[in-house]
Amino acid sequence: MEKLQYGIGLMPDLSTHGHGIDQLIYFLHGFMLLLFVGWGIFLAYTLIRFRARAGHKANYESLKSKLPKYAEVAVVAFEVFLLVGLSMPVWNSYKSDPPDEKEALRVRVVGQQFAWYIHYAGEDKKFGRTDSKLISDFNPLGIDSKDPASEDDFYSLRNFNLPVGKPIIAEITSKDVIHSFGVPVLRVKQDATPGITVPIWFTAKETGEFEIICSQLCGIGHSTMGGKVHVQKPEDFKKWWDEQERPYKKSTASL
Amino acid sequence: MSQDHHHQELGFIQKYIFSVDHKVIGVQYGVTALIFLFLGFCMMMLMRWQLAYPGEEVPILGGLLGSGWLPDFMSAGDVDASTYNTLGAMHGTVMIFLGVVPLGVGAFGNYLVPLQVGAPDMAFPKLNAASYWTYFAGGVVMMLGFFMPGGAANSGWTSYPPLSIFASNGQTVWLVGMVLLITSSLLGSVNIIVTIIQLRAPGLSFFKLPFFVWAQLVTSFILLLAFPPLEAAGVLQLMDRVAGTSFFLPTGLVQSNMPLEIAGGGNSLLWQHLFWFLAHPEVYVLILPAIGIVTEIVVNNTRKPLYGYKTLVYSGIFLGFMSFLVWAHHMFMTGMGETMSDFFQVTTMIISIPSVVVLTVLIITLWGGSIRFNVPMLFAVAFLPMFAIGGLTGLPLGLTASDIYFHDTYYVIGHFHYVVAPGTLFALFAGIYYWYPKVVGRKMSSFWGKIHFWGSLISINLVFFPMLLQGISGLNRRMYDPTFYEHGASIQSLNVIISYAAWALGLVQLIFILNFFLSIKFGKKVGDNPWQATTLEWATPTPPPHGNFLSEPTVYHGPYEYSVPGRTEDYLPQHVQA
Repeated sequence: MEKLQYGIGLMPDLSTHGHGIDQLIYFLHGFMLLLFVGWGIFLAYTLIRFRARAGHKANYESLKSKLPKYAEVAVVAFEVFLLVGLSMPVWNSYKSDPPDEKEALRVRVVGQQFAWYIHYAGEDKKFGRTDSKLISDFNPLGIDSKDPASEDDFYSLRNFNLPVGKPIIAEITSKDVIHSFGVPVLRVKQDATPGITVPIWFTAKETGEFEIICSQLCGIGHSTMGGKVHVQKPEDFKKWWDEQERPYKKSTASL
Repeated sequence: MSQDHHHQELGFIQKYIFSVDHKVIGVQYGVTALIFLFLGFCMMMLMRWQLAYPGEEVPILGGLLGSGWLPDFMSAGDVDASTYNTLGAMHGTVMIFLGVVPLGVGAFGNYLVPLQVGAPDMAFPKLNAASYWTYFAGGVVMMLGFFMPGGAANSGWTSYPPLSIFASNGQTVWLVGMVLLITSSLLGSVNIIVTIIQLRAPGLSFFKLPFFVWAQLVTSFILLLAFPPLEAAGVLQLMDRVAGTSFFLPTGLVQSNMPLEIAGGGNSLLWQHLFWFLAHPEVYVLILPAIGIVTEIVVNNTRKPLYGYKTLVYSGIFLGFMSFLVWAHHMFMTGMGETMSDFFQVTTMIISIPSVVVLTVLIITLWGGSIRFNVPMLFAVAFLPMFAIGGLTGLPLGLTASDIYFHDTYYVIGHFHYVVAPGTLFALFAGIYYWYPKVVGRKMSSFWGKIHFWGSLISINLVFFPMLLQGISGLNRRMYDPTFYEHGASIQSLNVIISYAAWALGLVQLIFILNFFLSIKFGKKVGDNPWQATTLEWATPTPPPHGNFLSEPTVYHGPYEYSVPGRTEDYLPQHVQA
């Protein structure tokens, strides 16, 4: 695993779906640059050619050429292409193709002032019931220990471990105010709104440690509400997974 | 009827303070708005210190403001996180609601609309005064927020709940201020609409109106239709804060692991819908008067008729209409379904078309002209490429796929500032230099005006262009410490450049301020029509007396009859029979 290089320019993309997004961004900026430079040259030429000077008079008649109309139609056509050809397919395939639940790792991502909790469902792939009334300093996610599904549940704070190459379904929500779960290197961003849970999905292509950045103003600690995504090799992830304590597990003695 | 035949001398207070004359009210609006613009800019210059040198004490000001006469503001002499959030929220609020809108609509609209339609005053002069004083009260209330324990509003100019409902009482003051400001805008917009429809001079049909008047008409309709939802939303948020309601608070909120005692059952996204239902059209409230001003100045200084007058008018109306159908493109990351996001990205692309048409019309107007480069024209011409950058950079944000990457980064800041600062504000500067002689009877210095122009153009681009690069590099907005994350620290040098450019921009504005005030006394004296213009405001004495016109003008021509063949003069005023 190499250290990511940051600097001026798009952040590295280590997701499987990010390619389309980046392609759109490059296409768009090429188009914008072309339009702006072409248009700017025309503006500069016009300003110089028609500057007021001795012996030069303005023309009462306007330009008769159809060229501006064609230019406008071309711009509109290109926008339609960007929209229908690039943006909509990328977004819709990303948003409407959830991975197979059996294949994927499902987690809950819960924002609070000013940290992220990641709730793993454990081996049974079922989240224990949660209830905001049960939330306390000792049970920050309000997991109901009476629910058998919670026995193998566990959670982590600010650190999101996940296996490389495996689809992840993350259900994003918040306890208090609106946050936004952003992992730019994985081309992921989703507002975490209290009262609403929104699932997103992504697959990491490479292992490494990437920044989680809260991307919605959430109060005094907003700019330090970070975290780390640890994309691990499947065997490392398995090892990490097995090491995690299961706080809601009933000891065999009490059964 | 148009004139007051028995002039009665009014006292100073009635004449200049509680005046009902649209011109005095326009100047009041203008001066107040300029003061607020400068204040809002000062807030930003303070934030720029923190962004360039995170955590360091602010030189000089740190000692002054840190002494504690403003509660919870820079208490340790540096711009701490809470101060930064306060400054951020207030910079946005002040610039938009107390600066640019009052200048574009309140000042220019008030002063020029009655003159350009050939009316003696606004349709409802007293309502007009009420509008100004409500605005003034709203501004004062907003500023009082800084004296509240916990400081002024600090939840962003967007004030998203639940954050804004948990915020300190500065937010309550903000909401009261907003309700006053919205009320003021509603009073003003009704007045402008009625004046344009009812008080046009004989012969002045709708398609002979200067485009500036059209722009004000569309703007006023936007204000009238878009502001009431926000006013309602503001009152609902106020109720959530002070009366224990839960319009925007869902069930089961927990703060610091303590369940909150609230009724619940509300929805925080409802606020975003109500807010952006105003705040997107608001963009066109900022930009349309600017386009109106630029059109007047460009046509006057190219000395030829406007290319595609009707196209421009229809584009303006279409912009106004479409501006109500794009609001949710600010909310692509809230988790909306595909049908919704597809609808809003389609409408967003559609609204870019009339903007392209506007730019095309203005640039083709230049073709074949005889272009004079005076100070107003320099600002008006610079508006075109600046607005173009602002418009183009809207595309990656308006398309949902690329918005995943750009949402809430500095790219957004760069984009909308290009629309509002070097875009709209340049147009407003152009307007000030252009109509100043009509208001004062003297011109502002063109030498200092040109220095102001070039200084502003260079430094403002050094402020906002690097922000686009920061956004491309993934730097998030609203971060009081931009170096907290690795990727942010790697491009921190951009922040230092931007900050110095912003302070340089501040220095250049001092030239404008001096020029503005000194020219009242020392500017070059001018006649009634110093720019050889065609529209009706130049047919009045300078400065125009109460009642404006010496006799009611009759209009014979369209607004832009320049270089009419067969005439010795290169302009044919609207009220002169050829």
